[in-house]
Amino acid sequence: MEIPTIVGAGLIVIGAGLGIGKIGGSAMEAIARQPEAAGKIQTAMLIAAALIEGIGFAALFAA
Amino acid sequence: MEKLIEEFSFGLFIWQTVIFVGLVLLLKKFAWKPILDAVNEREEGIKGALEAADEARKELQNLNADNEKLIKEARAEREVMIKEARELKEKMIADAKGQAKAEADKLVAQAQETIESEKKAAVADIKKQVAELSIAIAEKVIKEELSNSSKQDQLVSDLVKDIEIN
Amino acid sequence: MSKALNMKFFSLALVFFASISFATANTSSDSSDGEKDLKTEINEYIQHHLQDSYDFSLYSYTNSEHEHVYIGFPLPVILWDNGLQVFSSSKLHHGDAIAEVNGNYYALIHGKIYKGEAGVSIDQMKEALEHDHHAYHKIMNDFSITKSVVMMLLTGLLMFWLFSSLAKSYAKNKGIPTGFARIFEPIVLYIRDDIAEPNIGPNYKKYMSYLLTIFFFVWFLNLFGLTPLGVNVTGNIAVTFGLALLTFLITNLTGNKNYWGHIFWMPGVPVPMKILLAPIELLGVIIKPFALMIRLWANMSAGHIVLMSIIGLMFIFHSWLGSSLSFLLSFVLAILELLVAALQAYIFTMLSALYFGFANEEAHH
Repeated sequence: MEIPTIVGAGLIVIGAGLGIGKIGGSAMEAIARQPEAAGKIQTAMLIAAALIEGIGFAALFAA
Repeated sequence: MEKLIEEFSFGLFIWQTVIFVGLVLLLKKFAWKPILDAVNEREEGIKGALEAADEARKELQNLNADNEKLIKEARAEREVMIKEARELKEKMIADAKGQAKAEADKLVAQAQETIESEKKAAVADIKKQVAELSIAIAEKVIKEELSNSSKQDQLVSDLVKDIEIN
Repeated sequence: MSKALNMKFFSLALVFFASISFATANTSSDSSDGEKDLKTEINEYIQHHLQDSYDFSLYSYTNSEHEHVYIGFPLPVILWDNGLQVFSSSKLHHGDAIAEVNGNYYALIHGKIYKGEAGVSIDQMKEALEHDHHAYHKIMNDFSITKSVVMMLLTGLLMFWLFSSLAKSYAKNKGIPTGFARIFEPIVLYIRDDIAEPNIGPNYKKYMSYLLTIFFFVWFLNLFGLTPLGVNVTGNIAVTFGLALLTFLITNLTGNKNYWGHIFWMPGVPVPMKILLAPIELLGVIIKPFALMIRLWANMSAGHIVLMSIIGLMFIFHSWLGSSLSFLLSFVLAILELLVAALQAYIFTMLSALYFGFANEEAHH
């Protein structure tokens, strides 16, 4: 039985979504703990999210 | 993925690169450099102004400190002067007092001396006068006593009697 | 501003789809399955919108004689095929007929120009291509001024006018921002102070022009994608490839000894690891700009597809509730897309700055 690529795409999206969600959640916690570092945390969060997103896209187009 | 490569338009890529690189170079010359320079200059200006203000404040503080020091010094000097003056005054008073006392003592002594001498003179005078008076009285008494011969005789006899003892 | 933009967008989007529903009203008369036709039509419309086109069409409709009527203006087609061939895109007839230029035949099929032959109609060509993809060859050296190129030129002109007048206003007002500068100066300063300087370090000045241009270029093009002009420049893989390639070239051309050292001979790890890490790091050099390219392209394309699909849903739902709900949803999504437009420009600039930072990092071991 062949698994359709759309399933793989779905898995990729789930994985990337979980990863970005984790980053977002952790960033929120970090900001709550240290509101004065909000700017730096946001930047780091965006970079990390963008990197995961990039890998997600790459995999999505390979699928 | 194949669809992406299929869709890739080489011409569009060339145009985009040419337009974008041209835009970067043009904007660099006509926009970004002047804008960033202007912003930089302004920031430097603000920084300079702030630094100048800081310096001025520091200077003012220094000046204030100097003033305070001067005032302190002046105050200390004044105190010293007042103290000296007071000491001087006291010394002067003391001196004056001493002098006055000495003078007074001297005067008193002189006065006492004068009084003493006056007294002595007066006493002498009185003595003299008493003597003179006594002599006068004695003269008168003697004159009275020796006014008649009987009495003279009696005296002589009395005197002779006294001599006899000797 | 964004509200007005959205309202404009929606009113024009409604005009777009009103024309589609009009068209389907015609086609559904001779088709038994009207619902399916509408869906395919919307799908085709979205696919068509995502692609670059050879003419600047604002909208199109099908008239009562079942002819497609296009409202817009043609653009020059420039091909390098047996010499330079320049002709107006109106000759391509939007893919309805073959253009004959100096004895060469060109056909527009699925948004690409194919070289045809004398005496073969476009429908025959299409059919031949269906069976065999290599029946006719695609023109590779195609330097046409397409809709995307026009939009890039316009954006370039707009940016040049905007920022050079801004620079002049600084000179005139002795460095005090007025008017437009009040809006753009904070962004310029943000890019300098929060993107370039912390990520690149003390050498950030030489990258400023590139970062500023790329931020505004991508942002403006993303925003134009949301206007009713119906352009999708940053959702085009060739455009994002060009941008990512420049970041790649600048990163590697300005890379210092430390940067290359980290790639080929990672310091601080044992020798077998060094050998193992070199190909991975080298792959990373390619993957980083690749991800940059894919990210912008996918975000913008996905945004357009989703937004247009939701707008299309309005016409598929035949109920009052469904249509108004999808209208509401598309409104919310359009606002989200405005955010995404800025966010993707920011991320592209940010990651470019980060890569330049890697290239400029000094050894600190």
